[in-house]
Amino acid sequence: MELAQKYLRSAVRDPGARLRSLGFSLGIPALALALFLALWAALAPRIQTSLGAVPGPAQVAGQAHALWDAHFAERRKRADFYARQEQRNKERLAQDPAYRPRHFSYNGAPTYLDQILTSLTTAFTGFLIATLVAVPLGILAGSSRVVQAAINPIVEIFRPVSPLAWLPIVTLIVSAVYVTTGTPLFQKSFLISAITVTLCSLWTTLINTAIGVTSVDKDLVNVGKVLQLPLSTRVRKIVLPSALPYIFTGMRLSLGVGWMVLIAAEMLAQNPGLGKFVWDEFQNGSSDSLARILVAVLTIGLIGFGLDRLMQLVQSFVVRR
Amino acid sequence: MSYRSLSLSRRRLVAGATALVGTSALALPALAAPRAFPEKESLKFGFIKLTDCAPLVIAFEKHFFEDEGLNVTLEAQANWKVLLDRVIDGQLDGAHMLAGQPLGATIGFGTRADVVTAFNMDLNGNAITVSNAVWNEMKAFVPMQGGKPVHPIKADALKKVVDKWKGQGKPFKMGMVFPVSTHNYVLRYWLAAGGLNPGYYTAGDISGTQKADVQLSVTPPPQMPATMEAGTINGYCVGEPWNQQAVLKGIGAALVTDLEIWKDKPEKVFGVTRGWAEQNPNTHVAVVKALIRACKWLDASMANRAEAVQLLARSNYVGADAQVIGNSMTGTFEYEKGDKRPLPDFNVFFRNHATYPFYSDAVWYLTQMRRWGQIPETRPDSWYMETARKVYLPQVYIQAARALIAEGKAVESDFPMKTDGFKGLQGGFIDGLAFDGRKPNDYLNQFSIGLKAKDAA
Repeated sequence: MELAQKYLRSAVRDPGARLRSLGFSLGIPALALALFLALWAALAPRIQTSLGAVPGPAQVAGQAHALWDAHFAERRKRADFYARQEQRNKERLAQDPAYRPRHFSYNGAPTYLDQILTSLTTAFTGFLIATLVAVPLGILAGSSRVVQAAINPIVEIFRPVSPLAWLPIVTLIVSAVYVTTGTPLFQKSFLISAITVTLCSLWTTLINTAIGVTSVDKDLVNVGKVLQLPLSTRVRKIVLPSALPYIFTGMRLSLGVGWMVLIAAEMLAQNPGLGKFVWDEFQNGSSDSLARILVAVLTIGLIGFGLDRLMQLVQSFVVRR
Repeated sequence: MSYRSLSLSRRRLVAGATALVGTSALALPALAAPRAFPEKESLKFGFIKLTDCAPLVIAFEKHFFEDEGLNVTLEAQANWKVLLDRVIDGQLDGAHMLAGQPLGATIGFGTRADVVTAFNMDLNGNAITVSNAVWNEMKAFVPMQGGKPVHPIKADALKKVVDKWKGQGKPFKMGMVFPVSTHNYVLRYWLAAGGLNPGYYTAGDISGTQKADVQLSVTPPPQMPATMEAGTINGYCVGEPWNQQAVLKGIGAALVTDLEIWKDKPEKVFGVTRGWAEQNPNTHVAVVKALIRACKWLDASMANRAEAVQLLARSNYVGADAQVIGNSMTGTFEYEKGDKRPLPDFNVFFRNHATYPFYSDAVWYLTQMRRWGQIPETRPDSWYMETARKVYLPQVYIQAARALIAEGKAVESDFPMKTDGFKGLQGGFIDGLAFDGRKPNDYLNQFSIGLKAKDAA
């Protein structure tokens, strides 16, 4: 958005300068990308693995197309299933008017796009829980030196823990505590992955929120004390506006970490998202597997980039108000 | 009027009429009563990514489950232990199981639970593969004809290599998929027939490597080629596509298939918990009906097999390349790269009464469990019969078969209606011994390697 505005402004003033800046910000990345693709296409076929040569950009593009087509083929199968079900219900009702028609939902395997959606949902759930826990705790820690001293060692110890270490514990606790009968609202694997994301990403938000709160201008804090403002007003009017940029930085970093952690968590918890897709392709060991895994890698990277940009957009919108 | 006062022809008429009424009384529930609908319609079945999950996949993809009014979800499981545990704790209604799993669970080897089966999914379907290094050493001892090895290859050739390794102090390790897997018993049978001791299980040591010449360990099927390539194991016994995968990727050679070790060996079963079977009898029959139709379809023609290969190649089913899967499912088998032989019985889904749950099949697996010490104490023949009758439910199978015949989807000759559950004296074993399902203890005493009937583990 800012880029477009910048170009428009400079275009009006000086077309030559506009072309130069355009060349710089778009041309150089494009050139670098082309070079990277050429290098990849040249070097990849030279590495032979037991699953065939490492795929080049052409194969990866081919598999991306295949996954896209498979998604639509599956949607057609789903439509056929519902058509058959309707037909069967009609026939049964004709024979036996007292029959209760069955409306089963289609049981096909999740398509690639379904898996992307599952990953995003899981990541956001984990991120949301992390934010709801970390922001209030961070504000508390920033406001009170006692609380900060109290939680500091705990935060420092748990921050470097990898999701793979949390996963078995989370799995056991969720299996024991979350007892389900019939079709539950949330799948266990979904909860396990989301909680693992929470555990790994909440530390960054917590630390950044605390820092944001402690760096509120001392004069403003004194104003609050002098006016004897109630706590909620103090937080809303004084602390939050100053701390918001730090909080958002923390949230952005958290989301990035959370997205990375999610893929590992999904692989182990078997949540039907991108992590499981990568793991299943690896286990299947077909000659298309490597190319499909690379499609997933690129998808994960692009989504991560998109999420980061989204957070920046939200931040610029909220903080400017 | 007493029976004896009737004339001979009248007596014959009465006897015939009684017999007719008797058998039709048995058939009556299926024919005269309105079609019994399933108690539970939404079902979740587990499977492992092996080509012999085909009956489940075909029953789903060809809408045979839907025809029975069932809404089935098929879910691939990570390994055999997870699969069994999830059936036992109710997360899965039923699953593609190793023939030894319902038996092992019932007798308490591993997780103790009442697991039953009414359907045998297929015969054969496994092979034993070794790494290139081992195969190159073995070739010197394998009889050749025209430059190609003569099949079946016996473990005597492997014994020479293992003895050499023992002399160098190197352990020889092989993988199989689960302690009560058919692969474990077939591998042990083959090794013992060649003079190698595959190890014993004892009450204190359930790793199964007591006194072993070859150490066997558990590896999940998809990881077997990679584990062999890494050198952790020197060979393995597993189902397809993991043998053809190793051969086609050039990391190993298949030595022998299990149909050469025991012709028409029962392989996978469709297992459910006893509780589930008792609470959902109509559902169980409906599931077996769909599976019978699927197996019949699979053996109906090569074109069907080719279609099945394409379905199994999808990444949510087996996921391996169609070429690898088709290598063993369409009438051939490639022992080493370039040496493809015709082997139409590598997978048998319906021919030779493959789907009927014979008691003698259960007894054979129990004898092998006893042979290697998984059953630690001596048991009388009656114990084997009782256990087989507890775990295998041919009555459910027959009900399903009769329902299909009534619907015109099968004929009487497709099924072994008159059997008592025992196949009689069976041959076709690689060591030339014969198996009589009614005399398990006598059978055990015939082996030179293995616990005898009266031995303690």
